Amino acid sequence: MSAPVEKGLSPWQDAWHRLSRNKAAMLGLWFLVAIVLVCFIGPLMPFVKSPTVINLDNPGADPCAEHWFGTDQLGRDLFARVLYGGQVSLLVGIVATGVAVLIGLIYGSVSGYLGGKLDDLMMRIVDILFALPFLVLVILFSLVVDKPASEFTEWVIKTTGWSRDKVAPITTLMPLFIAIGSIGWLTIARIVRAQVMTFKHQEFVEAARSLGLGHGRILFRHILPNVIGPVIVYTTLAVPGIMLLESVLSFLGLGVRPPNSSWGILIKEGADRMETNTWLLLFPALFFSSTLLALNFLGDGLRDALDPRSSKD
Amino acid sequence: MARIIINRLVQGLLTLFVLVTITFFLVRMMPGSPYTDEKALPAHILEQLKAYVGLDKPLPVQYLTYLKNLVFEQDLGVLLKKDGVTVSEIISQSFPVSALLGVLSIGIALMVGIPAGIIAAVKKNGPLDYACLAAAMTGICLPSFVIGPLLAVFAGLGLKSLNVAGWNTAADWIMPALTLGMVNAAYLARLTRGGMLDVLNQDYIRTAKAKGVPGWRIVTRHALRGGLIPAVAYVGPAFAGMISGSFVIETIFQVPGMGQHFVNATTDREYFLIQGLVLFYGFLIVGANLLSDLAQIALNPRLRAAA
Repeated sequence: MSAPVEKGLSPWQDAWHRLSRNKAAMLGLWFLVAIVLVCFIGPLMPFVKSPTVINLDNPGADPCAEHWFGTDQLGRDLFARVLYGGQVSLLVGIVATGVAVLIGLIYGSVSGYLGGKLDDLMMRIVDILFALPFLVLVILFSLVVDKPASEFTEWVIKTTGWSRDKVAPITTLMPLFIAIGSIGWLTIARIVRAQVMTFKHQEFVEAARSLGLGHGRILFRHILPNVIGPVIVYTTLAVPGIMLLESVLSFLGLGVRPPNSSWGILIKEGADRMETNTWLLLFPALFFSSTLLALNFLGDGLRDALDPRSSKD
Repeated sequence: MARIIINRLVQGLLTLFVLVTITFFLVRMMPGSPYTDEKALPAHILEQLKAYVGLDKPLPVQYLTYLKNLVFEQDLGVLLKKDGVTVSEIISQSFPVSALLGVLSIGIALMVGIPAGIIAAVKKNGPLDYACLAAAMTGICLPSFVIGPLLAVFAGLGLKSLNVAGWNTAADWIMPALTLGMVNAAYLARLTRGGMLDVLNQDYIRTAKAKGVPGWRIVTRHALRGGLIPAVAYVGPAFAGMISGSFVIETIFQVPGMGQHFVNATTDREYFLIQGLVLFYGFLIVGANLLSDLAQIALNPRLRAAA
């Protein structure tokens, strides 16, 4: 009689099991999938109107069969504007976080892996940057990279021959990506450094070193894959913060600028006309806040699933 | 203890130096100049204007002059578009407004957030805990510029005496402070709950329970001190967050504080005003971080040994 062989689970399968038992996190995950589909696939549907067509005969209309969310002060369809604005907000959240994570990953792993005096210096720099007024610098930095970005837009249009309508919405966002990304990498650098330091003296790294592998290969093939868990958790939790930042900047008139729109811009326009047309604030705010909520739920769930120490609570 | 303070002070000064340098060069790299908006000025008048404030000199010279004036004369420079107004005057007028708003909202955040977090931790997984967590999560996900206008509409409609715009009487303070305070209360509640839960799971709390110490006494005498550390650690950096929040709040409620000046200064390219305000913000943050570090050391004896 042989006992049935129990098939082992990989750490990732194990984490997925834990995550899928967490109702709030799964709700957040499916909600995010739905929001992304609605915002990116929705506008392709024939019944979704253009977000830019102005109709001065019908400004500030109430929600109705024709305009699901009503129209804004220029008679533009709010439902379409919320979808297109969502594309921008999600894009900024994801790309800017991506830039920040990439920089933080490289900086933190180099600092942690090399150690010694260089590590001291690099972390001292992080300490100093950490104490700087973040928002203020993002504002200044985005103004500085504004002009190079518009020159880049012209260059892309000239060399590729693509139409301005296709290129401009992406390239005009680049100051935001660069500004937020290049200032937001500090936390991830600290996390990665701490992780790399715990791994670099373990036996499997010693083994790799004694086999004569180079530093680059040891770092990228053997150490970094172990660091991915905390990085994923932090990334998920950082996206809502960065989306909030984009909306604050747009609200102040310093981030995404018209005719581009984002949830932050829609909320600002809604707030200006709140007394007469409340839903101009309510619909964008609802989309924005529920997306942030879903990201936070998913991030908390991922932390519990990927960090076994915290899973007891 | 003294060594820690000196260490932090040196680091704070270094931080301010880096901040001044970064800001100076970022500001000069911004496209446009303070004078582009004016009706096309004759070239010689423009030259005179620039020479008057030293903008005609090469950048490194300007930078060193700025540093020299800053360190030896505490001179932050003048406004470029308003004759005879100094940056120090603007800051000394608007700082009390922003400081009052900041203190009021931190006060609200502490009074709401910390008790809510403690109650949630003590009643873990009970209905009260879930209510606090849900409220805190809502506060985190609703940006201040949604809460602000909504509060303004509901309170402004219900209570006519509360002014929703302006900063003239004490009644004007309530709405902006409440909005800014609520957002931070939400973060504080979550941190306090987490910190308290960590401490309440410790062995010495179980010992206290076994000895028969009453529940409220365990919380107030044994758990609170350790449980508050994450919240205290948050308050310093939260001060920086307050600044970003107050940009928005000051815009919504038309509060004449530093945030409004900063936003206007960036669009007007008021070089010295931007630099002065950023330095002042940095100064406040460095001070707040120092205080929060010291408070953490006071709460946690282990940090004292480590230093």
